[in-house]
Amino acid sequence: MRRAGVDIGSRTIAVVVMEEGKIIYSTVVDTGYQPNETAAALLTPFAAPVVATGYGRHAAKASFAREIITEIKAHALGTAYLFPEVRTILDIGGQDTKAILLSPQKAVVDFVMNDKCSAGTGKFLEVMAAALGYDIGEIGPAALAGKPGLKISNMCTVFAESEAISLLHRGTPRQDIALALHQSVAERAASLLKKISFVPPLVFTGGVAQNPCLVKLLSEILSTTVYVPASPQIVGALGAALHCATLI
Amino acid sequence: MSDYRKMWADLGLDLDAHDQLLQALPPTYHDVYLTQTNRPQKMDYFDFVVNEIHGLRIQELQQHKQQGGKVIGTFCVFVPEEIVRSAGGICIGLCSGLETGSGEVEKILPRQICPLIKSFMGFKLGKICPYFESCDLVVGETTCDGKKKAFELLNDYIPVHVMETPQMKRERDYKLWLKEIKDFAVKIEDITGQKITAASLKQSIIDTNAKRQALLRLASLRRHKPAPISGKDSLLIEQIAMYDDVTRFTQKVNELCDELEERINSGTGVAPANAPRIILSGTPMAIPNWKVPHIIESTGAIIVAEEMCTGLRYFEGLVPEDASSLEEAYANLAQRYLNINCAVFTPNNNRTQRLMELVEEYQADGVIHVSLSFCDPYSIEATQVEKACRQAGIPILKLETDYGQEDTEQLKTRVEAFCEMLR
Ligand code: SF4
Ligand code: SF4
Repeated sequence: MRRAGVDIGSRTIAVVVMEEGKIIYSTVVDTGYQPNETAAALLTPFAAPVVATGYGRHAAKASFAREIITEIKAHALGTAYLFPEVRTILDIGGQDTKAILLSPQKAVVDFVMNDKCSAGTGKFLEVMAAALGYDIGEIGPAALAGKPGLKISNMCTVFAESEAISLLHRGTPRQDIALALHQSVAERAASLLKKISFVPPLVFTGGVAQNPCLVKLLSEILSTTVYVPASPQIVGALGAALHCATLI
Repeated sequence: MSDYRKMWADLGLDLDAHDQLLQALPPTYHDVYLTQTNRPQKMDYFDFVVNEIHGLRIQELQQHKQQGGKVIGTFCVFVPEEIVRSAGGICIGLCSGLETGSGEVEKILPRQICPLIKSFMGFKLGKICPYFESCDLVVGETTCDGKKKAFELLNDYIPVHVMETPQMKRERDYKLWLKEIKDFAVKIEDITGQKITAASLKQSIIDTNAKRQALLRLASLRRHKPAPISGKDSLLIEQIAMYDDVTRFTQKVNELCDELEERINSGTGVAPANAPRIILSGTPMAIPNWKVPHIIESTGAIIVAEEMCTGLRYFEGLVPEDASSLEEAYANLAQRYLNINCAVFTPNNNRTQRLMELVEEYQADGVIHVSLSFCDPYSIEATQVEKACRQAGIPILKLETDYGQEDTEQLKTRVEAFCEMLR
């Protein structure tokens, strides 16, 4: 029996199709300007029942999805499938950051999300990468080579950007600035995790989990191993597909 | 509505701005209220009141004024409405649940201030609220700093009488508050030109208690599973309680309760018996602020009580009706009002204690605490509320938001995830 899950986020759409409990297909595409249509087109070939999650879930429910769940629940299900031991999840996506605490039985017991602004999210790193002249894939590795010691005090995307630019004007090497920016994102994520009194093992999901510098900084700040799935962007869609399997 | 235009013009409203306001309201009301399924029939009165929000009730106020009556506006449930009515006045709660006229407001108030305060200033400066424009006096209080200082500014546009509400609940605070109530009585007598007598105060205490009892009856019916009425409808009634005619309102709430009793007897509810049951706690939700309740109930959960000033804090606690003198009646009033558990008090442990009892009484599965942005008393006290809930093993979600719609999606995700946790 085929089951599908789709995670319609602000930056990307992820699709996972499962058969007999195994992932048989997954993909991640840009959200674009017609998210619902894009998602529907990706799913049509599989002719499977779909559960949707992410910002676009309600629109999906109105057109093609059988059921919806929140990103919180989807990440809990998806992560527990990949890492049966997981107790805490950090998910940093395009526009929000969430920290989720699970019970030993893998039920969500607490969660927090960042507030309205994009501080500390994928969007923040994207803007900073552009300001420093990096591609989004380059900024993490570059920051790993940065010299520690610099501090960016502003978490607001707009102010942090101007802070970074004025550092550039002063001749500060860009990898040092990149490291300082990562440091501030990591600290913010760590404070969200502390709010829910996180318990290891910790799994880091979402697009930003592909950033090696953040993974390293987080494990330093929290003094714990940070586990990252092979495809951190599909975890929400995976959770949705798993939920779909429980419905029918 | 066209017949009302002359009345609005006579009141000095900015008609264009007012038109825009009225156009915004009906679609919202339709989406939030009229699309609910299985509503009690007797909600039709309250729908009618909203429909006539700037019409019939305003006309009633004008008739009262033409006969020499006075209208007094209030912003806080600490202001004893009994006093106003015992001197022949009409007391109305001014709503402030909508962002309006912010351009004008930001000329005199800082941008980062509680939306409730911004809202009432906006209504006044923009001349779009016929209730405000009908007032002969408005009553402020020294509850929070934002309001206290804003009333100084408001006084430039309309006469404001400020009551000093204490910040603690000791004997000396009670004495101060009693004195404030008596001064208030003198001020009101002065405005209306009518003396308050032991008999007139007694009558208005009886009337107000009847209103509270009707609301308490409604509240207690909501303890049943399945819930016989939605939280949104109940909140609306609690909002209307602030400005509707007391006797008529009381009667209509009781009629609704009769219907709800029948529903309970036949097992009819507005949501399935296993729907997650939520208690809302936090800052007041002035009409037409239905944002968070709408999000909550759209997930299939049901709100069973509001631990708020638009809710239980407004009608819990009756005033003894058997005072033998005016003096004793004032003392009874002071006692009753000082018992309100508002976050401007320190300490305010009674609020969390009461909340824990409510969770039991209403068979609630969780608490959603909502504070308005920049409201220090409630957003800080949220920590204590959270702690008490966690200690008691009650799931709690804390939200902070304003009157804008930009964060609706984020709020939805949080609320839905919270409800998933409860199921
Ligand atoms: S929250 Fe406090 S200040 Fe505000 S209306 Fe209620 S009692 Fe008054
Ligand atoms: S909501 Fe808070 S800040 Fe606003 S008026 Fe009430 S107590 Fe003051």
